[in-house]
Amino acid sequence: MDTTLSAQIVYQRPQSLTEATMHYCPGCTHGIAHRLIAEVMDEMGIRERSIGVAPVGCSVFAYNYFDCDFVEAAHGRAPAMATGIKRLLPDRIVFTYQGDGDLASIGMGEIVHAAGRGENISVFFINNAIYGMTSGQMAPTTLPGQKTTSSPRGRDVETMGYPLRMAELLANLDGAGYVVRRSLHDPKNIRMAKKAIRLAFETQLRGLGFSMVELLSTCSTNWGLSPLESLKWLEEHMIPYYPIGDFKVADALKEIKL
Amino acid sequence: MPAKGWIEVNEVYCKGCELCVSECPQHVLALDMGRLTPKGYHPVMLIGDGCTGCGICAIMCPEAALTVYRETPQKVSVAA
Amino acid sequence: MAKELLKGNIAMAEAAIRAGLEGYFGYPITPQTELLEWMSERMPALGRAFLQAESEVAAINMLYGAACTGARVMTSSSSPGISLMMEGLSYIAGTEVPVVIIDVVRGGPGLGNIAPSQGDYNQIVHGGGHGDYHPIVLAPASVQEAIDLVVLAFDLAEKYRTIVFVMADGNIGQMMEPAELPPMRPIKSEYPHWAVRGAMGRERRILSSIYIDPKDEEVTNYRLMQVWNQIQANEVRYREYFLEDADTVVIGFGTAGRIALSAVRAARAEGIKVGLLRPITLSPFPAPQIENLIQRVKGFLVVEMNAGQMLDDVLKVVKGRVPVEFYGRMGGMVPFPDEILAEIQRMSREDIPLDGDPRQRWMKRLAPVIHWQN
Repeated sequence: MDTTLSAQIVYQRPQSLTEATMHYCPGCTHGIAHRLIAEVMDEMGIRERSIGVAPVGCSVFAYNYFDCDFVEAAHGRAPAMATGIKRLLPDRIVFTYQGDGDLASIGMGEIVHAAGRGENISVFFINNAIYGMTSGQMAPTTLPGQKTTSSPRGRDVETMGYPLRMAELLANLDGAGYVVRRSLHDPKNIRMAKKAIRLAFETQLRGLGFSMVELLSTCSTNWGLSPLESLKWLEEHMIPYYPIGDFKVADALKEIKL
Repeated sequence: MPAKGWIEVNEVYCKGCELCVSECPQHVLALDMGRLTPKGYHPVMLIGDGCTGCGICAIMCPEAALTVYRETPQKVSVAA
Repeated sequence: MAKELLKGNIAMAEAAIRAGLEGYFGYPITPQTELLEWMSERMPALGRAFLQAESEVAAINMLYGAACTGARVMTSSSSPGISLMMEGLSYIAGTEVPVVIIDVVRGGPGLGNIAPSQGDYNQIVHGGGHGDYHPIVLAPASVQEAIDLVVLAFDLAEKYRTIVFVMADGNIGQMMEPAELPPMRPIKSEYPHWAVRGAMGRERRILSSIYIDPKDEEVTNYRLMQVWNQIQANEVRYREYFLEDADTVVIGFGTAGRIALSAVRAARAEGIKVGLLRPITLSPFPAPQIENLIQRVKGFLVVEMNAGQMLDDVLKVVKGRVPVEFYGRMGGMVPFPDEILAEIQRMSREDIPLDGDPRQRWMKRLAPVIHWQN
């Protein structure tokens, strides 16, 4: 036996992403979330039977980036649209990709009832505490005191109310099989996020009901910070309000070792 | 001896956001200020030796712009 | 198949099932709820999708998603619920996926009441959702016709990749009549080339109403208009009664048209040369048929269960060439045949002016009928 050196690929662009360049701002963690979902689709071999539902907001063009069938929903209605698809095609993998305005504001009714029904879909929820596409207005997840273009003196909870913790809220519903919060601000948390995305799809494959991964994300453009400063801001300001954790994990999922 | 690795940067995708630069445990990444990508960004590049091919840069990359390689010793059977 | 005594709502539901319906999404609202209830029993029993949504907003968006799979899908509602569906309708129109929607119209505006009305004409026929689009709108006047039009609705929706409404009213939905249901058609085995069902061994497909470049959106609008032109050329449907020698023609659809027919028969018995044109497609509107009648009639009487919404479409065709009168009841009130007969008799006696506003003249005549007090 001899020993030789050979080049091994440690990482390459996942096949479930198309060749399109993403329209997101430099350093936007939407791209990380897209990449992780595509990596999991590759690993599970589910690309050809996956159907995505894109939202309204910064990720409105998500359908351009995943190499699977996709539809584009009205603002907030992705869980309803996904429900319609899943009910007609129960053996397909149906997922929505939604931001905080889409899911937690205008689409609150649709997401709560999809979870309550135990709709067998997977939801990837990007929480960056601001409205990105309309350039920086207050979101339902904007932190107390956080300045946005529609809360210029900071979110005053006396008049503007409190931020919504969606993972905790939805985990309370009996139809939820898997509801967790993860963050995309450093390699360790990104690895955890990927495992959660995998478990969300596994939940659906096993027919265990509604699954959602809330992903804490950055919006450097509208936060007025550099991409690197944004990661730090997320860690220091968002995680204390939105703790990372598992809020609902169906028993049958606990045996899965990833 | 630490593993030897290297990266390829697809400049169609790289937007020079530096998320990989800050997380590189070997501190061997930097933006190439002498180059512009087709979209007009300074792309990331390897500076100097020391890359172990750990892949953390790729984990951070929002654009899936990086391919990471590592040289690994493989036992080859001489007797065919 | 033999005739049986069927309630309109249930007959429409069963007709849809027999037309190969694969998915129903709806929300209870009077006076269409029996339709949803029938679906809740029959669809799961046949292994097909039924879901009571949390709202009409959700129902229309579930329908939107389901339609993207290329399956035969439908929803049903009544006026306030249809208002809530307008957002989804516009997206469905923009994405060019076929759906069938049954609107069992009730009295409005607002919460109104649950009595029969035709007050949704403008909202359905002339859009309602944002942007340029034209649904096909079918108006049945009997339970049998409701059955037949529901089946036709699916075929038209798929042929033109468009929205087809069956616009009934509380009367059609609630009444029982002898009618014959069609035979059970099998569920389709092949799905269209655009259907999103997973990219198994093929290129991925995207269904969206986004055309971010206005140039592309304009081309899309042009394509929608071309399809609409084809629909207008090929799909106008109507029924004629006693038109051969009629010098006065009543125009009414759905329940109003049916009541008008009773009045026309009574007037004929008195020797008045009156006929009835009953549009079955409100969209496309039978404008060419009205145009042909203008050459040889002395006047039109438009009868509706609203404040003259179709009247405007008739006036647009007539363009002041012959007199037009209007008689309507509103807010869930249904005209009696005698009321319409009186209008026909009056038109046979009086000279009706060419100028002036038929709606203003009608309001004056209606005021004492409804005991209006300023």
